[in-house]
Amino acid sequence: MKNKQHEVWVFIEQRAGKAADVSFELLSKGRKLAETLKGTLKAVVIGHQMDEISQRCFLFGAKEVLLVDHPELKIYNTLPYARIMSELVDKHQPRIVLFGATFIGRDLAPRVASHTKSGLTADCTDLQISDVTYMRKDYPQLLLQIRPAFGGNILATIITPENPVQMATVREGVMEMHPLDTPVKGKITEIPFKEDPTDKLVQIIEQHREENKVNLKAAPIIVAGGYGMGSKEDFGLLHELADVIGGEVAGSRAAVDAGFVEHARQVGQTGVTVRPKLYIAVAISGAIQHRAGMDESNKIIAINNDPEAPIFDICHYGIVGDAKEVIPMLIDVYKHKLK
Amino acid sequence: MSYQSLVLVKQVPDTANISGDVMKPDGTVNRGKLPAIFNPEDKVALELALQLRERFGGSVKVVTMGPPKASELLRECLYLGADEAFLVSDRKFAGADTLATSYVLAETINSIGPFDVIFAGRQAIDGDTAQVGPQTAEKLGIPQVTYTQEIIDAKKDTLTIKRKIDGGYEIIKAKTPLLITVIKDAAVPRPFKAKRVMAYKNAKTLMELEAMAEENSLLWSDQLKDEYVAKKLFIETLTIDDLNVEVERCGLHGSPTKVHKVESVVLGSSDHVQIEPTKEGLGILVDKLMEDHIFG
Repeated sequence: MKNKQHEVWVFIEQRAGKAADVSFELLSKGRKLAETLKGTLKAVVIGHQMDEISQRCFLFGAKEVLLVDHPELKIYNTLPYARIMSELVDKHQPRIVLFGATFIGRDLAPRVASHTKSGLTADCTDLQISDVTYMRKDYPQLLLQIRPAFGGNILATIITPENPVQMATVREGVMEMHPLDTPVKGKITEIPFKEDPTDKLVQIIEQHREENKVNLKAAPIIVAGGYGMGSKEDFGLLHELADVIGGEVAGSRAAVDAGFVEHARQVGQTGVTVRPKLYIAVAISGAIQHRAGMDESNKIIAINNDPEAPIFDICHYGIVGDAKEVIPMLIDVYKHKLK
Repeated sequence: MSYQSLVLVKQVPDTANISGDVMKPDGTVNRGKLPAIFNPEDKVALELALQLRERFGGSVKVVTMGPPKASELLRECLYLGADEAFLVSDRKFAGADTLATSYVLAETINSIGPFDVIFAGRQAIDGDTAQVGPQTAEKLGIPQVTYTQEIIDAKKDTLTIKRKIDGGYEIIKAKTPLLITVIKDAAVPRPFKAKRVMAYKNAKTLMELEAMAEENSLLWSDQLKDEYVAKKLFIETLTIDDLNVEVERCGLHGSPTKVHKVESVVLGSSDHVQIEPTKEGLGILVDKLMEDHIFG
């Protein structure tokens, strides 16, 4: 095996010069993986004027930043980014490469994996290092890539036993961010950028971004509704409850798909991952895709008229009943107690 | 300017409608119990390809890699308006991860192409990886445009495309040949055309003709094939022998990722506190949350 160094790499994603949180979440996780492997954590930063972002990587434990900084790289563009990343992976053969499962990460990672013939697992919800026996052969210290599969009905552990490079994408908010007390005194290795004619095959004409006004991640209390709420009107009950107890409203994917609540408020595997002090799941059955986005909440209250709903398996307080009756009653009781 | 398009399609188990007996006690999935459907975003990709043909001319072909049963899906594509359909099927392709799948697809495209635009759904609902599109593009050495919302315009070798990005969208200009992956809200798939259903309901793949020949000793599959080709009802069928592929890069063998373990996500019984849906019950709950400084 060429990669004796056991390097763990994290692709640092930036959007219009602003680093994505998921990159630092992955550095935090990558640091633990590197410790287990007795290896080195490195960050790959591609962009323009990336000094601040590079420095921030040291605060999350990166020992080295591989930096490709050039005006042409200011905005993410698949072909040049994939070419740079592929060349770096080919040359250094890191043991593990992690990307955020974002629009950029899910565009870039497969292209790099294809070029370098690496294994790639999408949308992992957990990563671990373990010795594995596969097909009667022993593999020391493989990366266990754990993800929901098959519409969330199973949890699969994927391994890449034979390939030197193991790649994975991880959703935003799944790993916790742990800055160090003092940044690592790491080094920045600048890698020169060589333009290539293929870089211009796709040109970005304009970009539009709206700042997300909803910040579910920061909300201490979340009142979330599912498809079982029945209608947008009845979903209004949840807004009422949220207003009274000081929380934010969220929804399951089914509720978002049905138009009860906007997409920015979707919690789950294809939405936001949250860890509030209190999560109230109303008329949400609790499919794993939803649970993946909320099961680390400090306290969970489940309200559902189906006593068999899987949400009851992970809640702390369970109420079997009709949301349309329970919610107004809860609002009443709360107001009364607060007096 | 007209465009020769190819759409990558896949038949998938309907993972959104999983009932009790689909999950086996050991936590694995009984695929046979699930209805097989047209992967939703692939259907949208086909729609976008058909719209491109209507606006600028050209042709729309479709290809799927899968078991012989995937012929059902290809007939659906013909009903919807595809000009020609291809089935890529071989036991040696089974068990492929995204890398091995994209390798066979890319070699298929090299064999039946060239194409100006290759369409695919963003992701399939059985794996949700969104990797096969970009990996196929990489193997073909062409650009990719993922998360396509709209093809705004096409002029000669340049497509203007609106695609989704984190927190918004971007407009890009991309040169053909290219591969684009399409998200659900890019288009609404049209219904089948009754006339096309009548015309293509008897379209058959090579495997289906072979099965017919086996059942009836008066029929020969070669003869049947000639007959179906003449009637334009033959679905071109490619096996490993028809493609320029290395067998060790195909199927399970050519897949770097392996499934180590699967667990059913049905959880054990939990020990949560049961609260009665009454004023008294909710009162107890609110008190507890106040004690914990969550409420109040």
